[in-house]
Amino acid sequence: MTVSTAAGSKPVPAAAARHETPRRPSGNSGDVAESRRRSPRVPLLLLVPSVVILLAALGYPVAWQLVTSFRKFGLRQQFGQPPEWVGLENYKNLLTDPSLWAVVVRSVVFCVVVAFLTVAVGGLLALLMQRVTRAARIILQVSLLLAWAMPVVAAMTVWIWIVDWRRGLLNWVLVHLGFEAAEGHNWLAQPLSFFVVAGVIVVWMSVPFVALSVYAGLTQVSDEVLEAAQLDGASWWQRLRYVILPLIAPVISIVLLLQLIWDLRVFTQIKMLQDAGGVANETNLLGTFIYQLGTGKGDFGMSSAVSVVMLGLTVALSWHYVRSLMKEEAS
Amino acid sequence: MRARRLGTGMWSALAVVIALAWAFPVYWMLVSSLLPNVRLQSTTPTFFPTGGSVDNYREVITDSGFGRALSISLAVTLLAVAAAIAFAFLGALAVSRFRFRGRLSFVLALLLIQMLPAEGLFIAQYKMMSSVGQLNSVIGLSVLYAAAVIPFTIWMLRGFVAGVPIELEEAAMVDGLSRTQAFLRITFPLLAPGLVAAAVYAFLQAWNEFTVALVVMTEEQSRTLPLWLRGFVQASATRETDWGQVMAASALVAVPVIIFFMIVQGRMSSGLVGGAVKG
Repeated sequence: MTVSTAAGSKPVPAAAARHETPRRPSGNSGDVAESRRRSPRVPLLLLVPSVVILLAALGYPVAWQLVTSFRKFGLRQQFGQPPEWVGLENYKNLLTDPSLWAVVVRSVVFCVVVAFLTVAVGGLLALLMQRVTRAARIILQVSLLLAWAMPVVAAMTVWIWIVDWRRGLLNWVLVHLGFEAAEGHNWLAQPLSFFVVAGVIVVWMSVPFVALSVYAGLTQVSDEVLEAAQLDGASWWQRLRYVILPLIAPVISIVLLLQLIWDLRVFTQIKMLQDAGGVANETNLLGTFIYQLGTGKGDFGMSSAVSVVMLGLTVALSWHYVRSLMKEEAS
Repeated sequence: MRARRLGTGMWSALAVVIALAWAFPVYWMLVSSLLPNVRLQSTTPTFFPTGGSVDNYREVITDSGFGRALSISLAVTLLAVAAAIAFAFLGALAVSRFRFRGRLSFVLALLLIQMLPAEGLFIAQYKMMSSVGQLNSVIGLSVLYAAAVIPFTIWMLRGFVAGVPIELEEAAMVDGLSRTQAFLRITFPLLAPGLVAAAVYAFLQAWNEFTVALVVMTEEQSRTLPLWLRGFVQASATRETDWGQVMAASALVAVPVIIFFMIVQGRMSSGLVGGAVKG
């Protein structure tokens, strides 16, 4: 679960917390801080409850998974046979078996395409918000917030109802636009159209965060700078390219990174579309694949190996984000 | 000047159209939830719920599954929020009011843990819960939820605690209060908004959570609200569904969350700006 439920995510607090950082009084100088420094046992005691619960609920599973990923741990082991050490065999399978490999590739492609699309659409909406009247901007912001606030599961049921092949609105609209073939077409039955539907939904859910963050960044670009550029004869495009973009690059890179991390782990959306009649085997991404291996086939060795790969990818991606947050902490 | 105003008008119109499109699924959920199944089955969709009724809601609420899922969701969420806030508050005090060795590494670790995907852990969590007999247990799920939100809650509260200048406490101590008294009477009340924000965050996370619940709550008896809602979608794959009822069920899950989210949005959006300034 952590911060977000995949791309549906409620990432605002991330920004909210970042916001607090600059307010820190610079350096806890003074005698009180001095005296507190001398009693190292107090802070450690305060940390005990959190550390204990984190170790139990997250630490142990991570460790178990690491160990299990080097073992053969299937149905037989579930019924009492001791698990057998197989070294890197699970990982070797993952790299060599084309059907396993396909899941990894599919997940990465889906993640990259959707994340970039989200940032592009979000960025364009942010630019649009700058050029419209106050009323129009507020209407747009409220509707983005509505989409953002929707719980993922509720949002999924609505979208599934919209794309429903029997009575869904999508097919009705398409038929009335002249695409007779859409009558009774099941969009979830083919992997490609399945992923297009999933992608549209994930983009719909994630754009609000990006659009509002980038817009917030844009409002920080000073008018004087833009006016100066305009006086110097810079066109709108040139101002965007050479003045605005470099100034908001930090915001863009952070939201892009977060989107990549969140889109790698889309689970709820894929799982529910599969439940609604999608083909499961060809539409698995990492999350649903691990789920299927673990709960469906009882192959805990393999599912642990895939999980470890997924955790590794996430940590690698997160590293940069976490570092940039920490830089503020240290400053 | 005139051309520019014209341009603004056109862009504004475009923005409103996009806004309507973006909010449409939410609108569609509400419209469908008010219509009887007969009208949803007709070949022409109904775009305005004229002559609609709240019958769907009545049926959903009286459905025994809803009541059970609601009480499980409430129990799990409240337990998880209470534990997370209590533990995270202590943790936040430790990392923001004390200097100790490993403090920065601890915060770094928290942030990394916070990014870990549930999808990369849930099979191991399932095995763990089943080995300690905590599958389908409210307590078990709350522990997992509390652990999942604690890292970020500490990070969030840390900002709030650091935002209360220690000088205030010192001044109170000069005036004769003990450190505990100073903390309880001066600092704690100033932290209340931060605690509320963190609690709302934890609440939204736990209330909406689907992935871990799906794995750990295996029995129908112990479904949380998101799992209960998913049951409808699953059923729709094989038989004609009463979409009006499904939409009413979705709305019942979503509307409280949306209202909650909108209330805290004010402080959240200022947070967004702040974060962006710092980049």
